[in-house]
Amino acid sequence: MELLSTDREKITSEWIDGVTSSLQGRISKAEVDRELRELYEALVQGLRAGGEETRGDGFSEVRALLTELSRNRARQGFTPSETAISVLALKQALEPVLRNDSAEETTAYLRLGRALDDLALYTVEVYTRTREEIISSQAAQLMELSTPVVKLWEGVIAVPLVGTLDSARTQVVMEKLLQALVDTGSEQAIIDITGVPAVDTQVAQHLLKTVVAARLMGAECTVSGIRPQIAQTIVALGIEFGDIVTKATLADALQHALRKSGVDLVTHQDARR
Amino acid sequence: MTVPWASEAPPQTQPIIGNDDVVRSRQHVRAFAQQCKLSLVDQTKFITAASELARNTLVYGGGGAMRAGLVERQGRRGVAAVFEDSGPGIPDIELALTDGWTSGGGLGLGLSGARRLVDEFFLDTEVDRGTTVTIVKWAR
Repeated sequence: MELLSTDREKITSEWIDGVTSSLQGRISKAEVDRELRELYEALVQGLRAGGEETRGDGFSEVRALLTELSRNRARQGFTPSETAISVLALKQALEPVLRNDSAEETTAYLRLGRALDDLALYTVEVYTRTREEIISSQAAQLMELSTPVVKLWEGVIAVPLVGTLDSARTQVVMEKLLQALVDTGSEQAIIDITGVPAVDTQVAQHLLKTVVAARLMGAECTVSGIRPQIAQTIVALGIEFGDIVTKATLADALQHALRKSGVDLVTHQDARR
Repeated sequence: MTVPWASEAPPQTQPIIGNDDVVRSRQHVRAFAQQCKLSLVDQTKFITAASELARNTLVYGGGGAMRAGLVERQGRRGVAAVFEDSGPGIPDIELALTDGWTSGGGLGLGLSGARRLVDEFFLDTEVDRGTTVTIVKWAR
């Protein structure tokens, strides 16, 4: 602790320089300056109150500051090393203080070094946790985003499915589709699976359930976008689609749906170029 | 493992503990199937089989792991995946491989369907000890 108190101004400015250069100007020096000065104060107080017990009560202020710092770094897309360096650079900044070569100072430095290592590990932990939070919230957003229900025609709606269908997503799709059937008063629904990479028995089961649910509401459901490789796989698996109408492309399915709802498609002779 | 792994690429292990891991296993298998230059149909078949077995490992085996990689035999290349769990095992293999029979709530086509989708299928199971399923698809 004496080490940190001796030449406060010199150590902090050195520390700030070290961190700023490692971040290559992606954060302004003023911001680093503010962050680290606060951290330095908290660190000195923490050492005074709690010794080297970095996970103890004395360091709660330091940990709170580091949590905020790590979270910001993670959100701004810095690497874990660039986050941990904020703490570790202090070790380097302290080295010049050790010039007197006294055994007492060296021991103090080593003990402080251990505490700083521990705090650096803490930043990595928080960093990782933040990243995981970001990923899971993005996954949830993606799930919402990737299941739009679109209206193709009066009385015809479609759900283009892209990506993996699991139980959670199918539930979202089914709910949205059924709600859209009510809202738009449609009697024809098309589920397009062109963007689904693989149809296994679970996906098929989910599709079948959705179709049956739509039928119970008086709507007819067509499954479109069945590519050749998917068709062969479904046959080999032995999945029966029964009397559910399936089409190769969305265009075919739309034509089928329009015919069912009594719309005639007429090509005019003079419209051809 | 009855078929040796190819020397140039080590097999990858993917734990299967949650639903996300089924998707991850599928992605690993897809990468290997592409590396092995399987046709698009064979790729899809192998990936689907792996997806079924990964889900079985999770749902009926209570979780386990998948090892996947390239294999080689007499100059032929292929892709293989081994699914291992230490769950309850399968008491009646004959019945489990019957189309439409399920002990859970599925369609009852996963295990039997997966067997039809691949070139080689080995099922090793013991009640209360666990189940190991190995599948291989050879490049044409």
